[in-house]
Amino acid sequence: MKKTIFAGFGGQGVLMMGYAFAVAAMMDGKHVTYLPSYGAEMRGGTANCTVAVSDEEIFSPVASSPDFGVIMNRPSMIRYESAIKPGGKILLNSSLVDMDPSRKDIEVFRIPANELAKKAGSDQTLNMIMLGAFSVITGMTSLESIMAALAEITKGKKAALMKLNRASLDVGFEYAKQGVRS
Amino acid sequence: MEKKVFERPRYLKKASTHYCPGCGHSILHRLVAEVIEELGIGERTIGVPPAGCAVLAYDYIDVDMGEAPHGRGAALATGIKRVLPDRIVFSYQGDGDIAAIGTAETIHAANRGERITVIFVNNGCYGMTGGQMAPTTVTGQLSTTTPGGRVPLRDGYPVDLSEMLAVAKGTVYIERTSVTSPKNILRTKRAITKAFRTQIDGLGFSLVEVLSPCPTNWKLSPVEAARWAEETMTKTYPLKVIKDLTGTPGQDGN
Amino acid sequence: MNEKVLMRGSHVIAESAIRAGCRFYAGYPITPQNEFTEYMASAMAGLEDGTFIQAESEIAAINMVIGASMAGARAMTSSSSPGISLKQEGISFLAAQELPAVIVNTMRGGPGMGNIAPSQGDYFQATRGGGHGDYRTIVLAPGGGQELADLTGKAFDYADRYRTPVVILADGMMGQMMEPVVLHKAVDPAELPPKPWRLSGAAGRPSRYIRSLLLDIAQEEERNWKLARKYDNITREIPRAESYLTEDARLVVVACGTAARIAKGAIKRVREIGLKVGLFRPITLWPYPKRALCELSRSVREYLVFEMNTGQMVEDVKLSLEGRGNVHFYGRPGGSVATPDEIAKVVNSLYHRQRLEEES
Repeated sequence: MKKTIFAGFGGQGVLMMGYAFAVAAMMDGKHVTYLPSYGAEMRGGTANCTVAVSDEEIFSPVASSPDFGVIMNRPSMIRYESAIKPGGKILLNSSLVDMDPSRKDIEVFRIPANELAKKAGSDQTLNMIMLGAFSVITGMTSLESIMAALAEITKGKKAALMKLNRASLDVGFEYAKQGVRS
Repeated sequence: MEKKVFERPRYLKKASTHYCPGCGHSILHRLVAEVIEELGIGERTIGVPPAGCAVLAYDYIDVDMGEAPHGRGAALATGIKRVLPDRIVFSYQGDGDIAAIGTAETIHAANRGERITVIFVNNGCYGMTGGQMAPTTVTGQLSTTTPGGRVPLRDGYPVDLSEMLAVAKGTVYIERTSVTSPKNILRTKRAITKAFRTQIDGLGFSLVEVLSPCPTNWKLSPVEAARWAEETMTKTYPLKVIKDLTGTPGQDGN
Repeated sequence: MNEKVLMRGSHVIAESAIRAGCRFYAGYPITPQNEFTEYMASAMAGLEDGTFIQAESEIAAINMVIGASMAGARAMTSSSSPGISLKQEGISFLAAQELPAVIVNTMRGGPGMGNIAPSQGDYFQATRGGGHGDYRTIVLAPGGGQELADLTGKAFDYADRYRTPVVILADGMMGQMMEPVVLHKAVDPAELPPKPWRLSGAAGRPSRYIRSLLLDIAQEEERNWKLARKYDNITREIPRAESYLTEDARLVVVACGTAARIAKGAIKRVREIGLKVGLFRPITLWPYPKRALCELSRSVREYLVFEMNTGQMVEDVKLSLEGRGNVHFYGRPGGSVATPDEIAKVVNSLYHRQRLEEES
């Protein structure tokens, strides 16, 4: 079983990112749980969600020590760096997080999501950039599954949006494939 | 051949009521039953009796009835009416029920313009529990919890719920009448008829407030009680059409 | 085969209610179950015969449900702990007037305002009636996921069959969490069994009334006995529980809802190191699956009750076992969610303290 925490500002598409990943994993035939932050926790403008994916029944959707972290802003970095499991991986939106992680027992991947999103033709699709990179770095699911999940989630939405999502996923995917490491 | 000029209305059960001599409830029950018969709605009317002296209204008024918790008549009637919009739904509530514990339910049902009719019996006291101060108890009036008379800055001012409800945009017809004289009883019947018509026509929320004597708790004879209601209560609660957006002529032809 | 969808727990209950023929919902905003009310608002708007009312209070909402139920609709309200307290007057009336209704409590930390984190602090409130008077409500405790869909339909069936309010006890985590589920086929409300007792206007029949006031003592006593007989039938007919790895168990963890889910994770861990531990998970909390639990005592002596409170269901475990076992307790109240690892440690130390590894 692997657990991932997705965290950032509201508006960065953090919950959508986790949701798309969860649906993709479900379509891959995995057991999956998706647990968003809620209520007063959300009012400060931060958002996070935990996605657990497993070949077996999942007992706790909560991740006290997640395997992976997708961190979109500085407050989330401060909050979750210490929680990641030893040997775990952090994907960092390096466009917004200028911190150096202090831990040496985790792998950190810097993705300049804001810049890459612009390259893909939008500054709205940071989450898709990160998700594309996430797919390479963790090997948790394929781009095809994510696209299938997005098609399901955004049923009836504009084709242009799907095209943009695909482009952004590809940019993130290619960037990560070339090997990013801190 | 003899002509019958007075008989038991079809929707009044053959039972003698538990109400005290001189109490307004029995008159009002009869009026409601007469209006239901005259409007031909007896087979599609559902009543909601309250907690209070009128809790046993289902023993007297012969239509389907569903008893509400204290004060919640308007909310419960809302539930019935929304599920069965072609039925005629009325609640029958006392002053403590509607203007104290059930204020929120009443105001919000009125504000939603629920197509229900409310019969609001104002006798200025909590009758069934033994004559405690009600929200409508008038200034200076004695009650078991205002032994020296109601003092507004200690006990609160008399609540004029009908005027408050008139402010709500969902209310269509609100009138205050009394059952203290034959003339006023006839006015009350016309008001109840109009209130039910307002619902039948789907216009919105309608309410008739009826000043009703409570000789037992007022510690007056039935005749004195009727006179006290007419002379004293009406100073705080004048008999009038408070709101009428039905577009049909009112009591005094205006 | 039906398709799996990834859905939030509160949406699963709401959608399953509509598919079970629920056409009336009244509610009031409260975290952590606002998604429930919001879902109902849009779903009912899409149904010609559906009613959604955002009520002015929890009290008004439950009374609207009383009215809708009197009129014959499958009616529902939902809230979270503090709001459920406010509904108790109405629930008592539903029980007394023998009206079906479904009430969902997405429990949060308490008492008082508490917090918005998942909790099981309302166990006593739900299983002991909750309001005034001598009555019970059927209480269903889904374990999450698919069971949320399955038990919601059951809740409406039980409510109608027994003419009694049914409480679904969920919690903040269950309501928020998304999991894959297969939704049930939609029922046409017109196809449901008729309710000959409902209020509809006395057309072609004598008028009827639905009341709770019975001033005559003999009548009230008889009503209480009538309810008691009904509760006896329910107690015989519907208790349900899941047993997991109990066949060879020397220690059984008893937990419900989210706590049971966490306990399962713990049991899986301790099984890996050779401890013979199982889980007993009540699905109906009232009636409590006493007999099934008691039968376990033929082979199991040690029980660990794990709850997200300071010890409520533990009383039902003791009442069920009637001394035929040692009952231990571990609780995490106030919105804390224990991890499977934490429970595994508790299980492990109890297992060794009771020298269960030495038994053959």
